[in-house]
Amino acid sequence: MPAVRDALFATRRAPLLSVLSITTIAFSLFAVGLFGLVVLNIRAALEKVEERVEIRAFIAEKTPVEQIALAAGDVAKYPEVQRVELVTQEQALERARRELGEFKDVFEAEFLPPSIDVHLKPGYRDPESVHRVADRLRALTFVDDVRFGDEWITQLYRLRNIAGIAGITLGLAFAAVAVIIIGATIRMAVLARSREISIMRLVGATDGYVRRPFLIEGFVKGILGGGLALCLTWIAIRVIGGYLSFQTVFFDQTVALVGVACGAMIGLLGSAFSVGRHLRRV
Amino acid sequence: MIRFTRVTKEYPRLGAALSNASFRVAKGEFVFLTGPSGAGKSTILKLVYMEERPTSGEVRVGGLSSVTIRRREIPELRRRLGIVFQDFRLLEDRTAEANVAFALEVTGAPRNAIAGKVSRVLTQVGLASKATSYPRELSGGEQQRVAIARALVNDPLLLVADEPTGNLDDRATRGVFQLLREINASGTAIVMATHNLDLIRRSDYRTIELNRGQIVFDSTEAAQAAMERFAE
Repeated sequence: MPAVRDALFATRRAPLLSVLSITTIAFSLFAVGLFGLVVLNIRAALEKVEERVEIRAFIAEKTPVEQIALAAGDVAKYPEVQRVELVTQEQALERARRELGEFKDVFEAEFLPPSIDVHLKPGYRDPESVHRVADRLRALTFVDDVRFGDEWITQLYRLRNIAGIAGITLGLAFAAVAVIIIGATIRMAVLARSREISIMRLVGATDGYVRRPFLIEGFVKGILGGGLALCLTWIAIRVIGGYLSFQTVFFDQTVALVGVACGAMIGLLGSAFSVGRHLRRV
Repeated sequence: MIRFTRVTKEYPRLGAALSNASFRVAKGEFVFLTGPSGAGKSTILKLVYMEERPTSGEVRVGGLSSVTIRRREIPELRRRLGIVFQDFRLLEDRTAEANVAFALEVTGAPRNAIAGKVSRVLTQVGLASKATSYPRELSGGEQQRVAIARALVNDPLLLVADEPTGNLDDRATRGVFQLLREINASGTAIVMATHNLDLIRRSDYRTIELNRGQIVFDSTEAAQAAMERFAE
């Protein structure tokens, strides 16, 4: 296939320019990838905190255990609820002693009320959902009080939203800069071959024929650049994780493949755009 | 083969490169375009292979009109033409045969037909023994022969040559011109822009002279006028 051969030929003829293109794509995507990982790790940390979101409904004294168990079963069927834990007076005392070890002697009498501890599904841990479930629990006749750390959840979600918006904005800015840098590099490669393009056109090459080797070249450079960026990101996160001594999260296989595919698409579209613009001018 | 009808070509900053030019070139004809630098010779050639479109008037080449031709039809037109330049325009990193084969590959010619055609045309221009040489290993005259071979490989009806001997010494000039004469003798029309008055004088081909974008002399018309005067 002449287009593949021409693409290989061009790479072999200007290896430095090809290496420059690949490393530019790699470092641009590396910056995006690194930023993505920071966002991913912040999100993972926030999710861990979110897992601690729970609603505790304290049961009135002398409520029959059967009634509590029945109600707990009903609560477990709420769409927002992941699991329900029935905590008896004894279990509540034990937990208090465990969690507040140095004050364990204070908790001698069984003065802690039993409770239904409700854990919510991911996606339902926002203040609105928590309030909704809390209100339903409060409506139960045998429930004395409902606690869920209202202010803490609101603050957590504010932080989560800020992180999300900052992540998207900065991520888009990083991606835009990456596309511009990669586009400029590809344009350089196209300009370096403008003489060849003009000769191709003079002997009757169609725009498609001229474009094809550039597209193949851009696609392959994009894959190589994307792959290299993935390796660099992996090494960087290992080094950072080791240095800070904390458990880091890396992209899963799908996200990693999407990253490399993004590299390929940027290479392909960057080439298509640059060569198309050049062809319109000559 | 070629028909220019009141063709004017103006450039935004340079003004008119060609003004109201009308002429025809018949099949198999050999025509010299001559005149000083900037007279409009290259503009006429660019209009022929539709690198440029006229500002007004019409250029018709092989049945295709500059008025109606679409961008995607231009490659088709160029495959029916052979184009040769003063600076050869060869791909420096490809051998002579690869440069010639290139013109066939872009047309989608079958791979097994390419080698035979390339060999035949390189033999025709006298470069069979230099098929595997790179342009830098060839003399100016030989490079121009490779360019002519590339122009011929698609069996064009018309060969357009823009100062093809401009960079060559006398000996190479004579050789290349002789080759063009042979090509013309086999039926290919040739339009050749040149400064070389010696070449024009040594042959009896039609000559169109340009000055400041206007046709100031056409030997065919002059001969026709003389004939008419003689008849009177």
